[in-house]
Amino acid sequence: MTSPARKQLPTPTPETAPYWEGAKAHELRLQHCNDCDKPFFYPRIFCPICLGDNVEWKAMSGKGTLLTYVLSARPAPGFEEELPYAIAIVKLDEGPHLMSNIVETEITPENLPAGMALEVVFDDVNETISLPKFRPAS
Amino acid sequence: MATDLRKKIAIIGAAETDTVGAIPDITQLGLHGQAARNAIRDAGIDKSQIDGLACAGESVVSVADYLDIQPRYIDGTSVGGSSFMIHVAHAVLALEAGYCNYVLITHGESGRSRVGRGGFGSQSATIPGQFEAPYGTFGPPNTFTVPIVAHMKKYGTTEEQIASVAVATRAWAAKNPRAMFRDPITVEDVLASRMIAWPIHLLECCLVTDGGGALILTTADRARDFKKPPVYILGTGEGAENMMISSMHDFTESLAFKNAATRAFEQARIDRSDVDHLMLYDAFAHTPMYGLEALGFVKPGESGPFFAAGKSAPGGELPINTNGGGLSYTHTGMYGMFALQESVRQLRGEAAAQLDDVKVSIAHGPAGFFAASGTVIMTNQAP
Repeated sequence: MTSPARKQLPTPTPETAPYWEGAKAHELRLQHCNDCDKPFFYPRIFCPICLGDNVEWKAMSGKGTLLTYVLSARPAPGFEEELPYAIAIVKLDEGPHLMSNIVETEITPENLPAGMALEVVFDDVNETISLPKFRPAS
Repeated sequence: MATDLRKKIAIIGAAETDTVGAIPDITQLGLHGQAARNAIRDAGIDKSQIDGLACAGESVVSVADYLDIQPRYIDGTSVGGSSFMIHVAHAVLALEAGYCNYVLITHGESGRSRVGRGGFGSQSATIPGQFEAPYGTFGPPNTFTVPIVAHMKKYGTTEEQIASVAVATRAWAAKNPRAMFRDPITVEDVLASRMIAWPIHLLECCLVTDGGGALILTTADRARDFKKPPVYILGTGEGAENMMISSMHDFTESLAFKNAATRAFEQARIDRSDVDHLMLYDAFAHTPMYGLEALGFVKPGESGPFFAAGKSAPGGELPINTNGGGLSYTHTGMYGMFALQESVRQLRGEAAAQLDDVKVSIAHGPAGFFAASGTVIMTNQAP
């Protein structure tokens, strides 16, 4: 008997650990440059706009909009039971955009118009990793 | 005789990472970034001035993305510990030729702590490994395709228009005995084919084949002594933008495409109306749409109607992918070589679907999804 393929999970690094600690606490935390007064994503050791160090982790609202997506009809390992699943780019209200899945709604093109409002939910995958995912805004 | 390059190029910034030794809290990519930042500060240059980037050990695209720069000269020569001397050698040529103005060369290696190193066994610690793979990306079919819905939303591009790219390309393949798929198809056939990643269907995805190609280049004066008519390089361009699809700046266009295309036209000093033939690397049906817009043959958002009107197909005003493309001719994985080969064949007059009176051809395409790009403009007109 074969065991189902497991999904790939993130291995946090020293640079990204606060992001994943935030997710574990069900909070979407991004780095914010206090000089540029802008948040950025993905995590880096300095602000990619000004290259400065005046950066701190801040909680985002978790609100955003759907920029673009595909509905994958073929599975990555571990996604066999979820077809089709939405691989989406979500633009956060604070500015940065990131990849996620859309959940807790019917996964069809008709039900997922680009531009729709979304909000973050957290998928507690195991003891250490929670993945930020998005559902239609309430 | 070689150009005299003595004292033509100088180093204006040089720095190492903040510390060296054991740095367990910074990833390998972060070390590239920190060394780069320190050299930028050492030179007192604004990062927006840097238009050339070379590195080894990490992808040149990843380092560009980390610094959020979009270089138009990229050198990823990675042959070992002296790669950086080679980067300097290449940079001298590029700078002397005016191909770019400021080249940044970076090195960073977590050789001791091994933090965030790419490669076998540690992929889940890379940036894409943390921020894309957990969401079910498995490769081109459901990753390269992510941007197109943004194009549909912004410009009203339709599934039928996207499908028409595959239809036109198949019509060219029908004329090429070497093509893998040669039977004509319709938009309805494309939309009825198996869904791969909505809105992309099976017939909008490239083939997976075996094959290869090669080119030999020499100076124009030497070129006349050989058997075949020379195909002269008019212009070239390159660009780098994102280490993962989700770090594209705007999903309706590729900055790497735009930088490559713009540079190539600047160098070639020709108008779009001088171009007779295009090879737009078609990994998926939407890829040539982004290419056509980046090259400036249509305005942003107009590629869908262009393809749907048959303008790229046999008999159309601007023949595109006349070998049958990656969609119907062949696609080994890194198809760019085949796009170049068909440009050369058309300019020599030896293509399977030979066009009349081809003087200028362009081969343009993506690399690593929309991560990077290259453009080559060629002509058969002697200097």
